[in-house]
Amino acid sequence: MKDWRYWLAEQRGTLLALGIFIVMFIIYTSNHPAGFTANVVQTAANKGVLLAFVAMAQTLVVITAGIDLSVGMIFLLTNCLASWLVVGTPMQTTLGVIAVLAVGLLCGAVNGAIVIYGRLQPIVATIATGAVYYGIGLLLRPFPGGSVNEDLADAMTGRVFDVVPASLVVLFAIVLLIWVPFSRSVLGRAAYAAGSSETAAYMSGVPIRRGKFAAYTLAGLLAAIGGLFLTFFTYTGDAAYASGNAYTLFSIAAVVLGGVSLFGGKGSAIGAIFGALAFRTIGDLLFVFDFDPLWQPLFQGVILLIAVSLGAFALFRVRNRLEWFL
Amino acid sequence: MDSAVPLFRMEGISKRYGGVRALEKAELVVTSGSIHAILGENGAGKSTLIKVMAGVVAPDEGRMTLDGREVTFLSPAAANQAGIVCIFQELSLVPDLSVADNIVISDPPKRFGMIDRGAQRRIAEEALARAGAADIHPLALVKDLPLSRRQMVEIAKALARKPRILILDEATSALTAADVSKIFGVLKRLRAEGLALLYISHRMNEIAELADQCTVFRNGRNVASYKAGSKSDNEVVELMIGREYSHIFPPKPAAVPATAAPRLEARKLSWTDRLHNISLTVRAGEVVGLGGLDGQGQRELLLAFFGVLRGLSGEVLIDGKPVAISSPAAAREDRIGMALIPEDRKTEGLMLPMTVRENLSFAALDRLSKGGIIDRAAEQRLIDDMVGLLAIKTAGLDIPVGALSGGNQQKVVIAKWLMRQPRIILLNDPTRGIDVGTKQELYQLMRKLADAGAAILFYSTDYDELIGCCDRVLVLYDGAVKRELVGAEITERALIASALNIHGEESPVGLGASA
Repeated sequence: MKDWRYWLAEQRGTLLALGIFIVMFIIYTSNHPAGFTANVVQTAANKGVLLAFVAMAQTLVVITAGIDLSVGMIFLLTNCLASWLVVGTPMQTTLGVIAVLAVGLLCGAVNGAIVIYGRLQPIVATIATGAVYYGIGLLLRPFPGGSVNEDLADAMTGRVFDVVPASLVVLFAIVLLIWVPFSRSVLGRAAYAAGSSETAAYMSGVPIRRGKFAAYTLAGLLAAIGGLFLTFFTYTGDAAYASGNAYTLFSIAAVVLGGVSLFGGKGSAIGAIFGALAFRTIGDLLFVFDFDPLWQPLFQGVILLIAVSLGAFALFRVRNRLEWFL
Repeated sequence: MDSAVPLFRMEGISKRYGGVRALEKAELVVTSGSIHAILGENGAGKSTLIKVMAGVVAPDEGRMTLDGREVTFLSPAAANQAGIVCIFQELSLVPDLSVADNIVISDPPKRFGMIDRGAQRRIAEEALARAGAADIHPLALVKDLPLSRRQMVEIAKALARKPRILILDEATSALTAADVSKIFGVLKRLRAEGLALLYISHRMNEIAELADQCTVFRNGRNVASYKAGSKSDNEVVELMIGREYSHIFPPKPAAVPATAAPRLEARKLSWTDRLHNISLTVRAGEVVGLGGLDGQGQRELLLAFFGVLRGLSGEVLIDGKPVAISSPAAAREDRIGMALIPEDRKTEGLMLPMTVRENLSFAALDRLSKGGIIDRAAEQRLIDDMVGLLAIKTAGLDIPVGALSGGNQQKVVIAKWLMRQPRIILLNDPTRGIDVGTKQELYQLMRKLADAGAAILFYSTDYDELIGCCDRVLVLYDGAVKRELVGAEITERALIASALNIHGEESPVGLGASA
């Protein structure tokens, strides 16, 4: 049988992102003064997972043919919240983590409720809620500050068995605990179906609304996990507006690099993770080649353009020009 | 069949859309173990009837009983639950999911809360085999399959839901002959298993081969039910004819001499599997109709002329000279002078949030501007002319066009193109969903434009319009011209008969006298 070919076709976007990332990472480490060491990998992983979590969050929403411009702000809000709550005894810390994650879930649920039941366009709805989330974050931390349980933070940003970066292990666990069950559940399939053809999904009796709601809500949760990790790395809470916006925009870039279609219905969070890691590596590459950091935005833009162009070739095969606009 | 207890019954079902009544006290009785054909021309209410049965549309009044108990379906899912499964004309497959995903989409097999992919694969393979389509790979993405294969998947998907009543709405329209015979085998087996099947098709030979019972719909009512084979094709056509209302059509002038040079000509036009060797001519001053059932390639033909389709084969000639029209912008250039009044004015004809003025001048901006600057005075003059000519009723030129009534919106679309003084006008079912008064005005206008020297190609799903407005009608079937009707030959009987391809043996005529 040729099952593997269908599997390959389905995973093409993910594999392409993985390939781009591996090539870039090899170039990076082989030109790094220290080479491919546990330390270099750990630093890269810690920088990469932040965007990876936010990109996973974005993926869930993009699959439903929506977009979430509030992910970066949920990421900031939960960072600020964590700098208040994730402190003290192990018991208090645990409760703090749970509270932070619950707030992320709630933010996502609010987005979902507004988009699905309020029937607002995702772009507008999430710009508005994003501003609200940022506003709350700013009230929590008007100035950078706060602290975090350092034992937990160091464990999460350190290495397991002195080799594997703990942040990657957590990322892997989150994929197994959240993404895999979601993508294989009825709700996940409903999210894909709604993104691909909402009418067909409706006609087939698919629970579209619940699927989309689950996608938005889990996106909030994933952004909150990213926010927690930001706190673990920085030991502080900081409502930095520019950083929140950058994460939102980079998450969209990572999603596209990872082969997730902005038209919905297609792609995987795993692809988005590799997209995020690859996107992060661009900056590191410039560093090892001694480029001025001023070049970074320009290079990121060019790489993104190239990656997106790869996906546009299908338009050359269109026979009815009206399909260009579908 | 007569001993069977009615499985499903619809009584006094009515449904209105705005002022249009789609169903009026319709009745239907469905029995187990039989194939029931539903017949009727375009707009007779068949589609609405099925949508009511399948839970897509809620009826305004009437009741439905299943096994003698009254039922109401609030959603397609509820109807599925009750065992009523419909294969719709517009496919209900999700393009980015695999065949197997689609087949089990309504109720996927689960294990530990997740979809059991192994079980899903088995169900899909079994359903595909039952539908006689075991050649389709369950992991293939639906969007990568050709239309005929998708229809087979659609059928497999319906079978996987274990229906008691299976509705097939034009489910064979895109199938190859080989597939059709396979499907017929499947349907006959399902009948033997005790299913009730409702079969909607315009192909009389299919109905003759399959159906046990037939019901004819007209104007939203069931007008006759009879045992299949007890009536001749002609009697069936007679039952389908007969609309109540009639329009006032402008008188037709003497026929344009057949020797006149054609303004627009197509020679052996073909495009993918939708258009096959279409040849036709339209002369200046002529209104030529495109008839046939909905979706036989009429829309594609108009789009082909208008430069929207890529990969056309064959020739298009304007005033006898071959031209290559590569885009709508090229089609409207003066040397071609073509305008297309689209079918869906909301997406292809108007920019609803923009004002009447802006919408009106869009197509003619290049003529109204010098060096990129719009000549406001010239624009205003032309707009005033058009609003006057078409009697567009609007509270002002600067209100959003979306605020106008459907009829006036359609007038704006037409006026927009008339501002260019087109020499060739293509109309794609322009009177759909507009009121009778506006329709009449449009008929008058069409004739006036033709008299002024335009060549008009007019597609309509309303047979009365074709009869009342056209000098000639070309009837399309399956992407090819099946018959040309000229002058007094254009009758409802002839239109329906050739639309159903009852006179399939006749050779296609399209070139008219210039052939």
